[in-house]
Amino acid sequence: MGIRHKIKLFFAVSLLIVLSGCSSWGVAPWDRDLLAKPEMAINSSPLDQSIDDHIYFSKEASSGGRSFAGGGCGCN
Amino acid sequence: MQLRNQSTGSPLKNVSLAEKLTLATTALLGASANAQQVDAEWNYSASLLAYSEPDRVSATELIVTADKAYGDAAKLDLKVVLDSLTGASANGAIEQDNPQTFTRPSGKGQFVTAANSTPLDDTFKDTRLQIAASWTDSITEQSRYTIATNLSREYDYRSVGASGELAWDFNQKNTTLSAGLSFASDEILPEGDIPLAFSSMVIDQGQFVTEDEYWNAFDATRIAESDTVSTSELLLGWTQVINRRMLVQLNYGYADMQGYLTDPFKLLSVVDDNGQTQDLVYENRPDSRTQHSLFALTKYHFDESIFDLSYRYISDDWEMKSHTIDSHWRFMTIGGSFWEPHVRIYLQDAAEFYQPFLAQSQTTPEFASADYRIGDMSAMTVGLKYGFQLEGGERAEVRLEYYRQTPNKANQSSVSGLENIELYPEVDALILQFNYYF
Repeated sequence: MGIRHKIKLFFAVSLLIVLSGCSSWGVAPWDRDLLAKPEMAINSSPLDQSIDDHIYFSKEASSGGRSFAGGGCGCN
Repeated sequence: MQLRNQSTGSPLKNVSLAEKLTLATTALLGASANAQQVDAEWNYSASLLAYSEPDRVSATELIVTADKAYGDAAKLDLKVVLDSLTGASANGAIEQDNPQTFTRPSGKGQFVTAANSTPLDDTFKDTRLQIAASWTDSITEQSRYTIATNLSREYDYRSVGASGELAWDFNQKNTTLSAGLSFASDEILPEGDIPLAFSSMVIDQGQFVTEDEYWNAFDATRIAESDTVSTSELLLGWTQVINRRMLVQLNYGYADMQGYLTDPFKLLSVVDDNGQTQDLVYENRPDSRTQHSLFALTKYHFDESIFDLSYRYISDDWEMKSHTIDSHWRFMTIGGSFWEPHVRIYLQDAAEFYQPFLAQSQTTPEFASADYRIGDMSAMTVGLKYGFQLEGGERAEVRLEYYRQTPNKANQSSVSGLENIELYPEVDALILQFNYYF
């Protein structure tokens, strides 16, 4: 078995392990009353996020992580 | 990367009538956005930001967004951002016990900074217009794609970007995996052109007989009118519902930047053994940067509040490392209003070529920058947001935040004459923001 096949197998097995582990978590579709609220969305305040990203991109040496780090600004 | 609202599109096979009714009620109670999606009306939001650093930069930013659903799964998002910056920015030179004269970036004119104060370039002024659009649609019942584009234009900076993302749901949509790619191409066209790395700032102190002589000297420190940066990114995400109240997200990001990553306006002071500035030279940074990021987030719904906590680790091949902890706690009150305190803590290890000044006795390094933003630092943000409902179902939010950046002074210079000089000034900022959803 070549190294590329081994790498592919490793990722396939890892994915299966993660997904099978995840299956013990979660809720039934009718138990999503709280999760379905807009304020429980992963990015529930996109306006704030956009502004924070711009401010901290301009003042610090890090950007991204939550979403793409992006260019798009010559912020000094 | 956003966990989709789960109350639509779920397979209803093998679900009893009571369960279907429960699901329908949940959808009605839980997500007003869905009701609007059925009507396919445009939803709008707007945000106005006032950002102020005392004695330094002030910024005003306006964001307007519009989104519209097409059918059950497709959605168009549009965003326009307009921001305006004025004020003064630290130019990298260190303070001295005498006034210092600097040439403006354009070469036209000079400014003088007072003795014992951090040199600030007060010519800092820019207006930026950004337009972004994204389109999301389903591929199968369990998967979807998002494509997005982004254009940004400033007086001295242009950017074009595009990204694409695929997301797959598993385990009754309790698990979502995503993979995205993004490319951006930026062009920088600085006022006064691109300076030659480590060339001395040409300052007219009467040594030039004619104006042409000055401009010849100035132009000799310029290498091009513009330069470019290209950024390629990969973002892998895993979002998991843990139980009825809790979800987690884990992201890994890789970013590769190639091109002109130097700041054309930043200087380094070259000091002698007595700490006196002998020369001012333009900084130089590597022309590539590779960054890895890990991001973890959890959200928890208590009975009357929602808490979120995130941690981000970033490391790059400039040896810059950072840790960010960010947390919000939203307390809901009767009538749809809420209070939301916010705390953010940021710790940063300097890039390897960061140094607050150059010693005259040292050989010029390959790369050096005195830009405080790539130095050792910690920063803290505290904020409070209040959200409330208006008549007609519209919503508004007011956010006030205070940001304080504290450089790590552990590396305070041992050069004589600089012991009492503030090499690492602190930066404070006030952020006031108003959001309106209509």
